[in-house]
Amino acid sequence: MSLTRTDIENIARLARLELTEAEIPVYVDSLSRIFAFVGELDRAPTEGISPMAHPLPGLAQRLRADEVTETDRRDLYQRNAPAAEAGLYLVPKVIE
Amino acid sequence: MSALPPLPAPTVAGLARGLHRGEYSSVELTRACLERIAAGQPELNAFVTVTAEGALSAAQAADDARAAGRAGPLTGVPIAHKDIFCTEGVRTTCGSKMLAEFVSPYDATVVAGLKAAGTVMLGKLNMDEFAMGSSNETSFFGPVRNPWDPALVPGGSSGGSAAAVAARLVPAATATDTGGSIRQPAALCGVTGIKPTYGRASRYGMIAFASSLDQAGLITVSAEDAALLLGPMSGFDPRDSTSVDSPVPDYMATLGDSLEGLTIGVVREFFDKGLDGGCEQRIREAIAVYERLGAKVREVSCPNLPLSVPTYYVVAPAECSSNLARFDGVRFGHRCDSPRNLTDLYSRSRGEGFGAEVKRRIMTGTYVLSAGYFDAYYLKAQRVRQLISADFARAFADCDLLLGPTSPTTAFAIGAKCDDPITMYLNDIYTIGANLAGLPAMSLPCGFAGGLPVGLQLIGPHFSEGRMLNVAHRYQQETDWHLRAPSAWA
Repeated sequence: MSLTRTDIENIARLARLELTEAEIPVYVDSLSRIFAFVGELDRAPTEGISPMAHPLPGLAQRLRADEVTETDRRDLYQRNAPAAEAGLYLVPKVIE
Repeated sequence: MSALPPLPAPTVAGLARGLHRGEYSSVELTRACLERIAAGQPELNAFVTVTAEGALSAAQAADDARAAGRAGPLTGVPIAHKDIFCTEGVRTTCGSKMLAEFVSPYDATVVAGLKAAGTVMLGKLNMDEFAMGSSNETSFFGPVRNPWDPALVPGGSSGGSAAAVAARLVPAATATDTGGSIRQPAALCGVTGIKPTYGRASRYGMIAFASSLDQAGLITVSAEDAALLLGPMSGFDPRDSTSVDSPVPDYMATLGDSLEGLTIGVVREFFDKGLDGGCEQRIREAIAVYERLGAKVREVSCPNLPLSVPTYYVVAPAECSSNLARFDGVRFGHRCDSPRNLTDLYSRSRGEGFGAEVKRRIMTGTYVLSAGYFDAYYLKAQRVRQLISADFARAFADCDLLLGPTSPTTAFAIGAKCDDPITMYLNDIYTIGANLAGLPAMSLPCGFAGGLPVGLQLIGPHFSEGRMLNVAHRYQQETDWHLRAPSAWA
């Protein structure tokens, strides 16, 4: 399977990844190769086989009671923020 | 390097004994490790961050605890953590520019468990960026080199963990395995690696790559050392929704059990045309060792196993693209300069912060999950995954454990497989199956081919870590491959 430059630009836009001009042909080539490779799966007969939902048979996602279990550590967490002020994360203006 | 004194014992078990007998203090041992780490760094690049000051104060605390009669079996033993585990107050990079400045506000559960057991953290180990790689060449902090030959890769993604243990810079290290990232570098560096059952050790604080496959484990010199360390890092954690609530057995109690009556299945599909002849010979010799130890050996077939690499390269990128969506340049991580608007902030921060392989996997995952392709790729792959798991379940009806090579070849040259992602991905052809099925697996040193270490892989049924460690330990009592260290670092 072969992808085009437009495919790569679309995927990158969906993934919110800005690519440089030099990167685009590299990903056209390598993703085309990857999808040709995973195309091998088409040959596997999977009729009537259910998709695997959990790596451990019979186990499903555990649920917990809807209770507060964490304390407020906002100031500590915001020390890693690229831009924060007065307890708020700063981003470019969203509404003009 | 040879001028450097070796550690007083090569194994955690030996060092713990020395500490217990008062032959040396934890501070002395920690200093010896720090000296070796400093000497190793220019050539091997195994560490991203060395926490010398914290290590020495933790070692002092361990010595004080011992003096007060409060020492446990691991008190004062120095170890290092793969830089994928969050460590409170210490930079945690995941090998990425994206997190190059990230200081974790909390400890991963695995880190907390090993800290509570009294181990001393020496620092954070280099790795492939976000654990995506099989050669440790994708790290933002530069490649790790193989201590057996610095022109070669150590394997990946836990390349720093494997190289540091192989060069005896540290006696043991944590690691993670999503498709072979513990076992393949363990094989290429001649050390012991264990990936436990999915859900055995908590994923809380372990930076997520592919959440249905990721599992924390260890790289050690011996299976006995893995048995000593696995208990404290395992167990139920309410903070990980896939953590399994079942008791952690005493892995040391069964380590020496007899192998009489054990049935080992040799997986036919592992001996394909891609397997190097020298490696195959070492595996056949290991099988003979097990026969001498009283095990019954039979051939088994897992016919869908050859589909594990293509299955993985749908499932893992899909989960990666979801998990890595959290890196948006807003709450933590790299942020681009002067963003024009919110979309520009996201796209440029991510474009600049992620390396080439991570971007490749995010895009692969985005594509397979996008409208119109989900059924053809993702659901199809999860169906094949079910077939692969069923193959293993059938094999375990007749066998206690499965055996084969860990990797098709010994360590390869840095740069040799960088141009073609498929060639790189095929390094994990024998290891990925265990991740897809959530099974525990190990790699053990079993000799050399062309002067380089070869790894023997064991795969067990879910939660068979105790039996697997026992089977590995008995092999290591019959052989001394695990005690061989590269001469430059011995």
